[in-house]
Amino acid sequence: MAAKHLITITDFCVYHHVEDNFIHALHDAGLITITTVEKNNYIPESELQKLEKMIRLHSDLEINVAGIEAITYLLQRVEVLNDRLQQMSNRLSFYEGER
Amino acid sequence: MAFIDYYKILGVDKKATDKDIKNAYRKLARKYHPDLNPNDEEANKKFQQLNEANEVLSDPEKRKKYDQYGENWQHGEAYEQARQQQQQGRQQYSYGGQGGGFEDFGGGDFSDFFQSMFGGQGNAGRQSRYRGQDYNAQLQLNLTDTLESHKQTLTVNGKNIRITIPAGIENGQTIKIAGHGGPGVNGGPAGDLYIKFLVADDPRFKRQGSDLYRSIKLDLYTAVLGGEITAETLTGKVKVKVKPETQNGTKVKLKGKGLPVYKKADEFGDLYLTYDIQIPTNLTDHQKKLFEEIAKSSS
Repeated sequence: MAAKHLITITDFCVYHHVEDNFIHALHDAGLITITTVEKNNYIPESELQKLEKMIRLHSDLEINVAGIEAITYLLQRVEVLNDRLQQMSNRLSFYEGER
Repeated sequence: MAFIDYYKILGVDKKATDKDIKNAYRKLARKYHPDLNPNDEEANKKFQQLNEANEVLSDPEKRKKYDQYGENWQHGEAYEQARQQQQQGRQQYSYGGQGGGFEDFGGGDFSDFFQSMFGGQGNAGRQSRYRGQDYNAQLQLNLTDTLESHKQTLTVNGKNIRITIPAGIENGQTIKIAGHGGPGVNGGPAGDLYIKFLVADDPRFKRQGSDLYRSIKLDLYTAVLGGEITAETLTGKVKVKVKPETQNGTKVKLKGKGLPVYKKADEFGDLYLTYDIQIPTNLTDHQKKLFEEIAKSSS
């Protein structure tokens, strides 16, 4: 993996004013991926958006890792249900048009 | 410019303690936080109001000023000058935001009321970072536009954004373009852009997922004797064999002639044709006789 797509956890924590323990706790909960290269831990660029959202939940709303885990799961469910609702709505209009 | 009742926004009374305000803000922020309400403009707006209310009421100096002038804040400056004349030497609040206690406020997306009252935004001590506003846009497509992925350039708030519209996208489906919403406050991240696709109905076809349906007229003779017809699909015309003794309402499937399956390259839905058999009209005497013969031979 190209180094430019990796951010050191230290750099990330300094920028966002969070402790590295918090990042490791998110990783232990299976919420983010951390990449290790030559014994150094990095955050892949692809994880940034997800991670920054979790930090906002933590800092803005004082939500702990367990809470973030529950919220992440529920938001995924909401997204799936919204998609299904839209599909059902399209399907309903298909049958309504047939009458 | 309308007066904004920050106490009302937070649902607390004027005697609320700092702890009451903090608790009320936390409770409402958890309800309206943009990350918990993706693609919800109303929640986004409420969250901004909450931040503004919290910015004022959680800061003792700003709260004092807000409480002091309240609904008459517009006349505060005149009041202040009069007071200064009477009580020279006494430390005063600077009003209007130029060169006073509130000049160090950062930038942000607060109301006109807030800006007039405090002359700027933010908190020099705390510098809260807020995520930018999410933008919502709608894009109209024709059914044929969903046949293949294509790129399109949109102009959102003066910026050109080139997006890829995936083949097979459904009516009402929304895609998120991360970081293309409003700018963040105090170095916070930019919001996201949500694009909702409105796929217009095609009068010839009905859509269900990636499958298409259409009714096709079939003359009685071909239905009875069998034969070949030409059917229109979304991508062109195809020949279809008709079995002898085909009944009215029979459905036939043209495999792979539907729409592409969303995010599955090379997979297509099917096209279902429903036969609508046409009974001949304006028969000649000879034709009538022939039908009578058929009827007799069938009875």
